[in-house]
Amino acid sequence: MDLKLKIWRQANQNTKGELKDYAIKNVSADSSFLEMMDQLNEELITKGEEPVVFDHDCREGICGMCSLHINGEPHGPQNATTTCQLHMRKFKDGDTIYIEPWRSRAFPVIKDLSVDRNAFDRIIEAGGYVSVNTSGNTLDANAMPVPKADADEAFNSATCIGCGACVAACPNASAMLFVSAKVSQLSLLPQGKVEAKDRVLNMVNQMDLEGFGNCSNVGACAEECPKEISLENIARMNREYLGASLASSK
Amino acid sequence: MAITGLFLISFLIVHLLGNLQLLDLSVEGQEKFNAYAKFMTSFPLIKIISYVLYISILFHAIDGIVLVMQNRKARPERYKSWKPNTNSIWASRNMGLLGTIILAFIIMHMGQFWYQMHWGDIGVDSEGNKNLAAVVIKTYQDGSAGLIFVLLYVISMAAIAFHLWHGFASAFQTFGLNHKRYTPVIKKVGYGISVIIPLAYAIIPVYILMAKN
Ligand code: SF4
Ligand code: FES
Repeated sequence: MDLKLKIWRQANQNTKGELKDYAIKNVSADSSFLEMMDQLNEELITKGEEPVVFDHDCREGICGMCSLHINGEPHGPQNATTTCQLHMRKFKDGDTIYIEPWRSRAFPVIKDLSVDRNAFDRIIEAGGYVSVNTSGNTLDANAMPVPKADADEAFNSATCIGCGACVAACPNASAMLFVSAKVSQLSLLPQGKVEAKDRVLNMVNQMDLEGFGNCSNVGACAEECPKEISLENIARMNREYLGASLASSK
Repeated sequence: MAITGLFLISFLIVHLLGNLQLLDLSVEGQEKFNAYAKFMTSFPLIKIISYVLYISILFHAIDGIVLVMQNRKARPERYKSWKPNTNSIWASRNMGLLGTIILAFIIMHMGQFWYQMHWGDIGVDSEGNKNLAAVVIKTYQDGSAGLIFVLLYVISMAAIAFHLWHGFASAFQTFGLNHKRYTPVIKKVGYGISVIIPLAYAIIPVYILMAKN
């Protein structure tokens, strides 16, 4: 199929970017979206032009590295699918496709379609862990009984790959879905309960410091999340945050 | 937003129940309403609650403005292509706009009735109570101005309907209440009140206008 592409080009964080038009021919319907981008880049390189920078790694929908705001939606038009798992058969011959980076003050553009998502890492550093003694006396995790329902719920939350589509989709550029998934995956399990209060306070605090917007329960995040993380996580985090702020010793 | 929002909804219900008395346009009906208005503006407990109400409205509005400004700042560069209707409803993304319409309405509404009741020279009925009913009836029956006020009223009620459509269930999510069993019920109750309350309100001025002849 032949396509028209409108791609955001931006040299670096300090310059202004703009949408540039590209035409691409003979794209296989069986190729993935990123393979289509590879094809475009090969053509650009052959012509001596700068290839388009975009993030990707596993291309299996598990690492959270790919992004792209495709035709007005993060990760494109297919539900519960990362950009790397999106196929060109979702598009029609002659289509015009807009390709933009995630838009958020907290995710500055590095180049073209690649944005800096270190804000997420700093939120994890603020509390997204459990402290365990690794000096040789570590407990066997399986020795700790966990109700099946809790284990399943924690697992669901843990399927968040940290891609940032929730921020990209949110009209407020809020990171609540990501942070609440990370808070939940730990606080639902006995190992994570110990530090639960400080964790939720510190992670929310870091989230606000990074400049994400406020959650107004629009729900666009959960609709666009490739891993279908649910709004129940946000409610759980609100609950924990409320409890922790009232009961905090600090 | 959630605490003040739910409180304001409880006000909407009480205010509606009181003012549905205006559907009785007979002389006795008007006098009953005037007596009720006197009670609502003089009974001490209700006075205290009304001050809490004014503060809640202000807080809800100011908090809303702050949130909208912070959220705009959180996305300095907008998308060129943006299809929000694929992932969320219009009302949820336009609470600030809807709130602004509602606030403008509240200011007009208080100017028309609350101010008149307290400081206006509106005369008394045969019981000696300030004749607020007459002010209301005149406002909505008085020529083309009356027609415009009825229209503005109905439009504002539509804004409240959309505001509640998102706002009611949203408040519970903010409190952390999201549960497989209760959330569907909360949503249905929210949709129910967001249609019924504004509709019942809108009936009052429309009925008064139609009762003109
Ligand atoms: S919650 Fe979903 S959209 Fe957000 S970072 Fe995790 S996987 Fe991506
Ligand atoms: S490249 Fe790893 S999830 Fe898409």
